[in-house]
Order: sequence, then C-alpha cells, then structure tokens
Amino acid sequence: MATTTEKTPAAPGVVATESNQAVPAISLEKVSKTYRSGQVTTTAVESIDLEIRQGEFFSLLGPSGCGKTTTMRMIAGFEEPTSGVVRLSGKDVTGVPPNRRDVNMVFQSYALFPHMTVAENVAFGLKRKKVPAAEIRTRVAEMLELVELGDRAKYKPRQLSGGQQQRVALARALVNRPSALLLDEPLGALDLKLRQAMQLELKRIQREVGITFVYVTHDQSEALTMSDRIAVMNKGRIEQLGTPAQIYETPATRFVAGFIGTSNILTGTAQRVSDTLVRIDYGGDQHVLANTPQQMSDSGLVITVRPEKIRLGKDVPDANVSRIRGTVREVVYLGATTHYTVRTVDDTDIVVFQQNSSDASNLADHGDTVWLSWRPEHSYVLPG
Amino acid sequence: MSATATKAEATVSRRQRRPRITLGKVFTWAVLVWLFLPIAGMIAFSFNDISGRHNVTWQGFTLKWYGKAFVYPDLNQALFNTLLIGFATMLIAGITGTLLGLAMGRYRFRGQQASNLVMFAAISAPEVVIGASLLSLFIALNLTLGMTTVIIAHVMFSISFVAITVRARVMTMDPSIEEAARDLGADSWTTFRLVTFPMLFPAIMAGGLLAFALSVDDFIITSFVSGDLTTFPLWIWGSTRVGIPPQVNVMGTLIFVVGVLLAITNIILARRRS
Repeated sequence: MATTTEKTPAAPGVVATESNQAVPAISLEKVSKTYRSGQVTTTAVESIDLEIRQGEFFSLLGPSGCGKTTTMRMIAGFEEPTSGVVRLSGKDVTGVPPNRRDVNMVFQSYALFPHMTVAENVAFGLKRKKVPAAEIRTRVAEMLELVELGDRAKYKPRQLSGGQQQRVALARALVNRPSALLLDEPLGALDLKLRQAMQLELKRIQREVGITFVYVTHDQSEALTMSDRIAVMNKGRIEQLGTPAQIYETPATRFVAGFIGTSNILTGTAQRVSDTLVRIDYGGDQHVLANTPQQMSDSGLVITVRPEKIRLGKDVPDANVSRIRGTVREVVYLGATTHYTVRTVDDTDIVVFQQNSSDASNLADHGDTVWLSWRPEHSYVLPG
Repeated sequence: MSATATKAEATVSRRQRRPRITLGKVFTWAVLVWLFLPIAGMIAFSFNDISGRHNVTWQGFTLKWYGKAFVYPDLNQALFNTLLIGFATMLIAGITGTLLGLAMGRYRFRGQQASNLVMFAAISAPEVVIGASLLSLFIALNLTLGMTTVIIAHVMFSISFVAITVRARVMTMDPSIEEAARDLGADSWTTFRLVTFPMLFPAIMAGGLLAFALSVDDFIITSFVSGDLTTFPLWIWGSTRVGIPPQVNVMGTLIFVVGVLLAITNIILARRRS
C-alpha cells in the first residue's frame, strides 16, 4: 500500500523544478533494521521503501516503538541498516559515518554543548568544515537573527528557556545548510502553548530556507499541521504515505484510521443497492450507505466515519443517507464544539462532533434517543 | 482585634530573631569540631616556640619554624618524594581512571561486572592485605623496591576512585550531546577533545585531586613497598620515637593550605563554567 510512486499534488510552497523531481533528497530502498540480544531478535524497521523530495516538509508519524526514530537515525548515520540502501541526493551513503553525511539533526533533548556559548554552539559545524572565521561570524549572526536570538549570542545554553534552547538547536543545525534537516520530536519537551507557536515558527523557517525537513513525531495533530507529506508507521512498517488530507480522509488501514484523529468503525455484511452504492442493514430503519468499493469481499465491510461528518438530530433522517439510532451516553462541551458519545442498539459507541452554531436543532442531553446521519461519501470503506 | 494581631506578630518575630539552640545545630558544630580540631592543632603547633625535641605542650607563639622549614635534608627529600609520587599518581591514575570510568559508564561489554567487582575490591580491601600482597608480587617479579613500586602501588589503589567519579558524571551525561557533535562534522577524536573532555573535566579534576590526596598521606601500603625510599608520612613515623620536629607541622600546614587553595580554585572554576 505504501508505495512511493503514487502521484500526489505538489504541496503549496514547494517549488517543483525538473531537477529536484528527478533526484529525491533522501531515499530508502528495502531498508531493514534488526537488533539481536542473545537469542532474541527484534525487528525495529522492516523493509521500508521511502522517497523524500527536495524541499518538502516530511513527517514520520507513529506511536512509540514503531521504528520512526530508528529510521531517522539510519538517515543521520547513527544506525546502520541491517539490509537495504540509504541514499542522500541519489548517493549511496550506507556505511558513511554521521560526520561525513550532509544532513543535520535536531535532537529531542536539544543536546546543546553546555560549556559553549550560544554563538559557539552555532559555529561548531562551520568550524569543522574549516569555513573562514569572518564568514562563520556573519553566518552565525544571520542564523541567530532568523531564530530571533540575536541578543543571546554570548549566553550559555542553561541561561535560556526551553523554547530558546530549542531555537539554538535549530540554528546550530541549519547554519550548515544541510541537504536535509532531521528533527526528532523536537517540540516534545515544550508546553502546549509554546509547542503550537513553535510549529508555526518551524514551518516559517522551513519556507524561508527551503531545506528538506524530516520530522519525527508521535503527535498526529503536529504532523497534520506542518507536513507536506506524512508516512504513518506502525510496527516497523509504513502503513500509509500521503498528504495530511489523504491520510485523514482516506486512511489506508484500520490502524491509520484509529491513529489519525478519531474514527468510528462500523462493520457488517453489505448488499449492493446500485452500481455506485452499497448498504449495510442494521434493522429498524437503520442502515449505513457507502460508495461501492473497488474490491468487495464477501465476508463483510469495515467502514470508518469521522465524528465531524455525522449529524445528530431528533427526527428520522431520509433513507438516502446513513442513519443509526442510539442513546446519548456522554456530552462534552468544548466551546466551539460539543462531543457526544452515542451508544447504538448493538452496543457500539459512536463519537460525534457538533458545531455549537446558533442553530440549536443539534442539541441533545444525556439519555436522549437520537438519530445519527451522514452522507454515503463520508462512509469510508477501509481496503482489505 | 487588629491590635491583638499586631501584638501576636511582634511576639512571633521576636521569637524568630532570638537564635535557638537545636539538636541539629549542636550536632553540626560537634562534627565540625571533630573534623577540624586535629588540623587546627597541627597548624597551631607549627607556631609553637619550643626549645627541646618535644612539640607537645604550648610554649608560646613564634614564626621561626617557617624560616627554618627546610633545615632537615632528609625531611626535604621525603617531602619531595611524596609530592613527586603524588603528582605521578594523579597523572597516571587520572588518565587510566578516566578511560576506565568512560568505558564503564558508556558501554556494555563482556567482563563489565567483573571490572566493577575488581574496582570495588581495590577500594574495600584492607590496606595491610594490599600492601603485603603487592610486596610479595614485586619480589616475585624481581622488581627493586623504591619510587617505581610505590607509584605502581598508589596508582593501583587510586584508579578506582577516579573511575567511580568519572563514571558517575558519564552516566548523567546526555549521550545525544556527543551524537550532536558527530552530526555536526566532528570525528570521534574531535568530539572527545571539544565536547566529552570539557564536560568531564570537573569530574576528572575531582578524581585526580582525590588520587593526589590519597597518595600523599598513604602510610600502610607505602611502608610495604618503599624499600629504602622515605616518604613524608614514613619520615614522620620514624621520627615519633625521638620527637617530631615542628618542621613537620609547618610542612603539614603548607600542604593543607595548598590543598584548600586547589579545592577553592576548582569550585570557582566549576562555578564560572556554569
């Protein structure tokens, strides 16, 4: 499923020229990583194929232990693949140590050098490359301006706040103008407000410098906010690769549907009602309608529907939409929206998000019997 | 109502102002006196204006022993030997102990448990046992007893202290800091030189000073393996039978002052680094 050859429209802000379409910034070919300790062999990454384009903001998203960090560390050179090939700008870098790879990393713990000033931290990479001292000074100053820390050059890292240290780590990596920047959950240690501000900040910086960003995170909203494309990983494999909208609207697997946002999953045996429509009957005027999937197995269908696509009401909906009856079990008022949990007659909980608009017809209380309805195109049939 | 409150507050603040004698304070002072009284005695008796051989009763204040500090050539030689052995021990145990501490803190390797055990054995084994077994080892190896064997013995028992100090620092160090250096283009030697070593330096310094102090005042092991060589502690021990001259107190005071100055410098440097 996770083929990299699928055509996705170029994301806004990414200039797609002839040359950078031809050579991906990073490519992994059949890359696997297994760890052996005694008799036990653990597979961290299993035969991953991946192409990351020049200048894109690419996220590796998945729960902890899914192999996303190992994948990134193989790109950086801290881990060597057990099998497979890692290429940077088309060149095979398998076996090349991290200090001779043209990528830089931003660590989750920032990993700033505590005994050096901010300016010395940022200059570290340029000094290793024997860049002339005058040029180092101007580039460090420019980079500190970019991350808005121009007045903190003489400070030691521990004199800065978490958010500022984060920006120093970013500057220290970016100043080297790497072909790709690898970010390992860089916002994980920040509080929510700062994290959201830094998400926009990172996106701005990425647009300004035009460098490929590879971003590792377990936070799906973070990945959706910032990425041009996302690879959702689970148990060492890529479950789905696509734009945030593709992943959210058309999850490839049950795992992706559950991991990205909230999904309601409904199963049942479907009947064909027309060339384009199938129906699962639940009895008592209740049914789910969906567009006919390309492949239909006899054993049944797994359908996901997003909470915000569902309408909640007291009246019986039309027969040309999906309609399910249930009892309101939980009402959570969140200001702009209200989240309902509705239990159906066969004891399935369905989560529904309703806008709190001036139209008060979609209000319900705990214990009310309500009808849920949604259009057939919002019933997304999971493949396989 | 408000008047009562003010009065109550005044009583409370008066009570807080009066220093209260607590068990904690008494205990703290008792420990401090316990620790420093012998040192104070040594320093005081370096200023004792005695005429005979016995420097045990207070006769009056004088600075003359500081002027005649180095009148005994064999005592000078003993002090010189001790300082030389101390610096050699600090250097050798400092380097090997640092490498040992790095390896033990950073890596998992075959024989790690055994190394750990040996390290703690070297600390906890009775000095008499170590001294005796080292003596038989040196004789078996046909080594001439002297400066070399003393240094070997001192390095042997101080490595563990350096290694443990350095290991503690290594284990609290974020390994991604060194990875960051590698990532930014530093090879492994440059990473050690510019990142690992400066970060370990306070621990190495502390371990090295500990090794120096242990070496300077070691008596038991040294007496087994020194042969004809005399060190400062051995000379003092030898002179107890005929009376310890005040020069010993003078040298002891000088060593103490230098040690305190070194410790203060280390603290100031550590503070400036952070």
